[in-house]
Amino acid sequence: MNRSSSWAHEAIAVFAKDWLLELRTRVALGAVVLFAVTSVVASGFALAPPSGVPAEVKAALLWVVIFFAAVAGLSRVFVVEEETRTADALRLAVSSTGVFAGKLAFNTVLMWTLCAITVPLYLLLLEAPLRNASLLVIVVLLGSTALACATTAVGAIVAKATMRGALFGVLSFPVALPPLLVVIHATKAAWLSDNAWRVAAGDLQVLSGFMLVIVPASVLVFEHIWSE
Amino acid sequence: MNRTVQILTGIWVVGVTVAAFLWLPPAEGFRSPEAARIVVFHVPCAMLTFVAFLVNAVYSWKYLRSRDPLTDSKANAAAELGMLFAILATVTGSLFAMEQWGSAWNWDPRETSIVMLMLVYAAYFVLRGAVEEKSKRARLSAAYALLAFPAMVFLIWILPRIVESLHPTNTLFSRSGLDPKYRITLWSFFAGLLAVFVWMFRLRLRVEIAEARLRRQHRRDTMPEATPAGETR
Repeated sequence: MNRSSSWAHEAIAVFAKDWLLELRTRVALGAVVLFAVTSVVASGFALAPPSGVPAEVKAALLWVVIFFAAVAGLSRVFVVEEETRTADALRLAVSSTGVFAGKLAFNTVLMWTLCAITVPLYLLLLEAPLRNASLLVIVVLLGSTALACATTAVGAIVAKATMRGALFGVLSFPVALPPLLVVIHATKAAWLSDNAWRVAAGDLQVLSGFMLVIVPASVLVFEHIWSE
Repeated sequence: MNRTVQILTGIWVVGVTVAAFLWLPPAEGFRSPEAARIVVFHVPCAMLTFVAFLVNAVYSWKYLRSRDPLTDSKANAAAELGMLFAILATVTGSLFAMEQWGSAWNWDPRETSIVMLMLVYAAYFVLRGAVEEKSKRARLSAAYALLAFPAMVFLIWILPRIVESLHPTNTLFSRSGLDPKYRITLWSFFAGLLAVFVWMFRLRLRVEIAEARLRRQHRRDTMPEATPAGETR
């Protein structure tokens, strides 16, 4: 087996193992989804029509909810390894790139699950306008992936430090801000613009570009975070 | 940095500051031309913030390669100075904005990016505070600095060019409306401030080294039979 396919296999194994664990305990999923649903319901109470809150505010609020819900759960994949003291075993069995790719895949799927529940609920409860549904699906998909890409390595850092919960939010925010700014702009376009694709084209490019830069950077530094 | 260079730096910075008020003409075309000269102090501070951030990233990268504790101290010193210059740039920028644009804060992309830069530095210091063990602290903070770097490049260089901004672009390198005397004063002040930066950076390192030596001394005094294994911690 050559090197490139070996880390891919390792990543799949790590991913499968983490989902198996997650489906047994449902800690990360529970935290993330409950946080999101609670905040969407709370915002729905306060902001549903006829409150007259503009769609711009609703777009920003949607991503604030998603980001903070993500903060509640995305560091879980690494924290659990430290808590159960399985990190060393994983280090012995799997290359660091394999671990990172597996954890990144886990976090990405976690984000997709979160968005699949949050976004429709949000559209329903807050009666957000929707001009261009297919664009919104693409934006949410790319945006949630970008958030997972930006914060997975931060989760690995946090797992090694004290006061993990508070720290993860503080450290994630600056790194996650570029995709957040862009994705809010694109969401606004999908809700309000008539030629939404043209308005959001630049945003989608920037989002993809951001992922293309942050993922290799994460892989490079992850090796140093992960190895003792 | 020897004594002569330090004295020359002091004279240079004072001289440029005086020149900015006496030699530099008021900037015509601004709402209050007299107050506009603050840009010659503001822009160098902002530039040094980014220089410090770059220095921090370079030393972080070097640390991960070499695992030399002094390199970690250098990265930390650069971050501390970067925070200082970020605050200076924000304060001078707000004064300018209050005078010229009518409000101290406009959520201009460059204002946003400097706040984000300060947040990164703040997060960096929080992370350093949250890890007890020295080598682990150095490793994790270096990794974080390198992770935050691409995000900051995006905020500093890409964002101001896609969102419209109150700040002009390319005034420093192209011939534009401002008096060329502005460019001369601005770059002179930048040179002086850069020297101050280097000076403060080295002072900070000396403090760090002295602290480490004291700590070692203290440990030797309190535990006379310290084993070599204890030394490595």
